Amino acid sequence: MDFYLGLAQIFGVHTLLGLSAYVVLLTGQVSMAQAGFYAIGAYTAGAMTAMFGLHILPAIVIAGLVSAAIACIVGFPALRVKGLMLVVATLAFGEMVRLFFFNLTWQVERNGDRVGPNGAEGFRSIRYFPENGWEVWHVTVFIWFVVVVVMGALWWMDRTRAGAVLRAVGHDETAAQSIGLNLTAVKVGAMTAGGFIAGLGGGIYAHTVTHIEHGVFGVLLATFAIAYPILGGLGSVFGTLIAVLFIQGFLIEGLRFMGEWRSLLFGALIVLAMNLRPHGLLGEHAPRLKNLFGAGPARPSDPLSTKEAK
Amino acid sequence: MLALDSLSKHFGGVRAVDGISLTLKEGEIFGLIGPNGSGKSTTINLITGLYTPTTGTVRLDGRDLTAMAQHERTAMGVARTFQNIRLFGNLTVAENLWVAQNGHEQRRAHFLGRWFRAGGEHSPEIGELLKFSRLHSKRDVQASALSFGEMRRLEMARALASRPRVLLLDEPAAGASREDGQILAERIRETRDRGVTVLLIEHMMELVMGISDRVAVLNFGRKIAEGSPAEVQANADVRAAYLGSKHKDEELIHA
Repeated sequence: MDFYLGLAQIFGVHTLLGLSAYVVLLTGQVSMAQAGFYAIGAYTAGAMTAMFGLHILPAIVIAGLVSAAIACIVGFPALRVKGLMLVVATLAFGEMVRLFFFNLTWQVERNGDRVGPNGAEGFRSIRYFPENGWEVWHVTVFIWFVVVVVMGALWWMDRTRAGAVLRAVGHDETAAQSIGLNLTAVKVGAMTAGGFIAGLGGGIYAHTVTHIEHGVFGVLLATFAIAYPILGGLGSVFGTLIAVLFIQGFLIEGLRFMGEWRSLLFGALIVLAMNLRPHGLLGEHAPRLKNLFGAGPARPSDPLSTKEAK
Repeated sequence: MLALDSLSKHFGGVRAVDGISLTLKEGEIFGLIGPNGSGKSTTINLITGLYTPTTGTVRLDGRDLTAMAQHERTAMGVARTFQNIRLFGNLTVAENLWVAQNGHEQRRAHFLGRWFRAGGEHSPEIGELLKFSRLHSKRDVQASALSFGEMRRLEMARALASRPRVLLLDEPAAGASREDGQILAERIRETRDRGVTVLLIEHMMELVMGISDRVAVLNFGRKIAEGSPAEVQANADVRAAYLGSKHKDEELIHA
């Protein structure tokens, strides 16, 4: 049972990671910096509980805020570049964060032990959950509570003008500017929100594994972060959730019995999924319940018209 | 109200716009014509801020827009359509108008009310714009699924949703039939009657000459004529620009 609860925890934190990339991706920006924000959140939240004895809730909120602040600062210069250049710039930022934590040694005395980040060895003993008698299922429920809150907030945001504005910017920046949208504000805003969510996710992640080290937060994690919303589709937050379940549940855990063949199949299945559903598992457009269960993207709504924009 | 003062845009050695001065009067329809490549679209791009002018200024009611970002100019009351339609194909028709509502009330509303309120795409103002552009039955249709003509109408409605004082139309009749052109002319007049000044770039001469109060003609980035439609049609330089130096009387009208 604990195995499945642990798996559910992984799904939870990865959903947060994916959602952080989802917000940024709505504006058309492919950010490889999400793993970096996640790392900042993980180290910050770990420090808050293990080093300064805070409760888990303020710890992850602070982690989110710190990540958001850094995402906001990084957003201004990074979002001046587009496309591949942005990928490279954000990738560089992610690596910078990773190397920062690789070199960071900052320990304090606590109950006779030295705790804190210790360079390459990482940050051990982030033991808030076991120390406070949380059982595995408590932690799982806590994680999913946070996930539901974040998903709910994003779901709501998608239905407001802010959601439409993010999508408008993602579709056509020139047109978005022509109707009076401030591109910098919109993109940096999305980046900041993404940073907050990644920080929350990282903060929780640190506590589920109790030991974090720089190697986890590399390019692979950044790739996963961006792969979830792309694979799941940008229609709604549920696309990201489905993609996390598909990748973490089916491709990584479900295919474990295949041994060495798994890695090969992993790539092949993602290529297959993207070919069958080029706009993501749940499609690109705002979700309607019938679309979730119907075959194929249910559009165009006007049966007589087959014209595409442009 | 809108005044261009010796505006120039050079791309390398090409003088796409070369010292154009124009003044639009409040509430008029001003036609801007010229052969392909004469600098009409570049002029619009300079007014909206998509391009930065090499020299010269753009003023609206005496306020210098030249150094402003595009979104600031929109806030000042400049809106446009594009020659090659640029809609948000991933949004519905109503949402396309919704995102453009950065206008007066929106601006005054507090941050949360402006950005994080759902259902604003069903506001009366948007309903009215949809009726105006005869897209009411398509309000929840994805913009990418519209017909070409509907797309053009939606794009003009979207420009109006930002509550402009001056509307720049870049070839709104391109690809339209003659009847569509007449409907468009009617809609441009209605827009003017709502108090919006219109700058119209168009190749359909019937449309431009029919509804413009004044017309200016560009050729190779320079203004070669300006005046009432009748004056411009009678201008020898204009005929030369369009038809070469040998010309027949009727051709300009149907060019």
